[in-house]
Amino acid sequence: MRFATLRTLGFYALVLVIVVQAVFPFYYAILTSLEDGQALFEVNYFPATLNLANYRAMLTEGVFGRQILNSVFVASVVVVISLALAVSAAFALSRIRFRGRGLLLLTILSVSMFPQIAVLSGLFEVIRAMGLFNSLWSLVFSYMIFTLPFTVWVLTTFMRNLPVEIEEAAIMDGASPVTIIRRVFLPLMWPAMVTTGLLAFIHAWNEFLFALTFLSTDSQRTVPVAIALISGRSEFEIPWGNIMAASVIVTLPLVALVLIFQRKIVSGLTAGAVKG
Amino acid sequence: MATVELHKVCKRFGSVEVLHDIDLALDRGEFIVFVGPSGCGKSTLLRLIAGLEDITSGELRIDGQPMNDVLPAKRGIAMVFQSYALYPHMSVYENMSFGLEQAKLSKAEIDRRVRAAATMLQIEELLDRKPKQLSGGQRQRVAIGRAITRDPRVFLFDEPLSNLDAALRVDTRLEIAALSKRLPDTTMIYVTHDQVEAMTLADRIVVLNAGHVEQVGTPMELYERPASLFVAGFIGSPRMNFLTGQLAAAEGAATYGIRPEHIALSETAGDWPGQVTLTEKLGSDTFVHVAADGIGAINVRVEGRCDIAPGTRVFLTPDAAAAHRFDAAGRPIVRAAP
Repeated sequence: MRFATLRTLGFYALVLVIVVQAVFPFYYAILTSLEDGQALFEVNYFPATLNLANYRAMLTEGVFGRQILNSVFVASVVVVISLALAVSAAFALSRIRFRGRGLLLLTILSVSMFPQIAVLSGLFEVIRAMGLFNSLWSLVFSYMIFTLPFTVWVLTTFMRNLPVEIEEAAIMDGASPVTIIRRVFLPLMWPAMVTTGLLAFIHAWNEFLFALTFLSTDSQRTVPVAIALISGRSEFEIPWGNIMAASVIVTLPLVALVLIFQRKIVSGLTAGAVKG
Repeated sequence: MATVELHKVCKRFGSVEVLHDIDLALDRGEFIVFVGPSGCGKSTLLRLIAGLEDITSGELRIDGQPMNDVLPAKRGIAMVFQSYALYPHMSVYENMSFGLEQAKLSKAEIDRRVRAAATMLQIEELLDRKPKQLSGGQRQRVAIGRAITRDPRVFLFDEPLSNLDAALRVDTRLEIAALSKRLPDTTMIYVTHDQVEAMTLADRIVVLNAGHVEQVGTPMELYERPASLFVAGFIGSPRMNFLTGQLAAAEGAATYGIRPEHIALSETAGDWPGQVTLTEKLGSDTFVHVAADGIGAINVRVEGRCDIAPGTRVFLTPDAAAAHRFDAAGRPIVRAAP
């Protein structure tokens, strides 16, 4: 009896460690963003003041609002184009027999193995040649190098697990390949698409290196770079309050998205359990 | 007149030939069953007719027209899949109307056909449900309903009963038989590995073995006059006893075949003495397994109840008129008419 209680206690102690480790940094950011002036530098673990001045400053001064819209634009376009391409690619890779299919899949996966920094200089040349420098399309283009392999790979695996007989029934019903994808596969693939789409969105939303390299003016920047470049009144001042307020603002959309699609994500992660 | 004709149809997957020179002619309105052990090519043959697989060589005709290069949906056929293959995200109504929509029929005509099929199969009250809210038997009906709405010339069934439990299987079997009576102009092709389904449903059975047609005939022809050792062993339950050695040689055959129901069992006198090893009591029948002296294991079917204990000495007498004799190549030796 005592042993059982001890075991339960131990279990919840471990859970607590994990929760604190995951949540504390974010909690501390919120805490900091609500303080100002000297209060910032006093270490406290519960909100002492509720001062929204930092938020007001971030949203009204400068171009931070514009930068959020830049991020929304880039991330959304990346997700939409990636999913559209990935679904059609996944259909071909999972359902059509052709020579070199396995090799192609491996190639797609291996593309995503290169570290960003390795392709950076080459990519910079490509983007300049295409006249995309300092345009948001440069980010849409470069982010897809990393989101596409991932979305194609996951959706291919998912589509392979869908029963072939359903597709054959649709063929017998006279549906064309496009109709099969649109009317039969898409409705079944929503969970997988939401999950991969969300991960692609988060990747595009948080990406730093390309955004720093391919954009040069403040009004074009996306939020991770914008936050990193927030500067104080002098080179000796780092405006922690503003930085933390900005961080909280850009995290909220992600939290909202995850909460909205929570149930879909869970069913997307148990993708193998599709039954005909 | 034949609706479905196959001439020298072959199917190869890569270098493996799974169907060799299949020649068949199926009459309009016939109920045809393809039967054979797993891997014999029966499902592949069905898929060739459906158009889900390409024909490597040979010709397929439906109503006299070559069908080799015609799209599945344009062949005038409908198929019921083993796993039902209903669209999980569509209601029963949408499942049944999807194909008709693709064929660009008018809304009124689609509605008329779906409701007619639903009435025929007694699934009207299920039309708004999703497949996952249905039982196995109901899903099966919807799958059949979806096929009926297409008003096909040829109806294809790919082992439709194998996912149902035993009791439901018998009911559904009867319903499929009734369905084929209600659609007298529709040719039915039914694939199964279960010889009981084949015997009970078929007008004619096509027995396939290793990509060859072993025999085509009515169930009783196959039972009474099997064209090969394989058919003799496959048709009939329990299996025919095959005896080789001296006994077969005395009959002038390589193999002597006798069905369990054609052997009389006696505790006093008979041709083959032996010892009971096991009895299987089914109520209506009893299967008695006997180790016959110098002959081997023989299965005997006794009508009704039979309480012989294992170990008992018994005597078996075969009905000579019902015996089958096969040569070394497995072909039947036809007995000269007396």
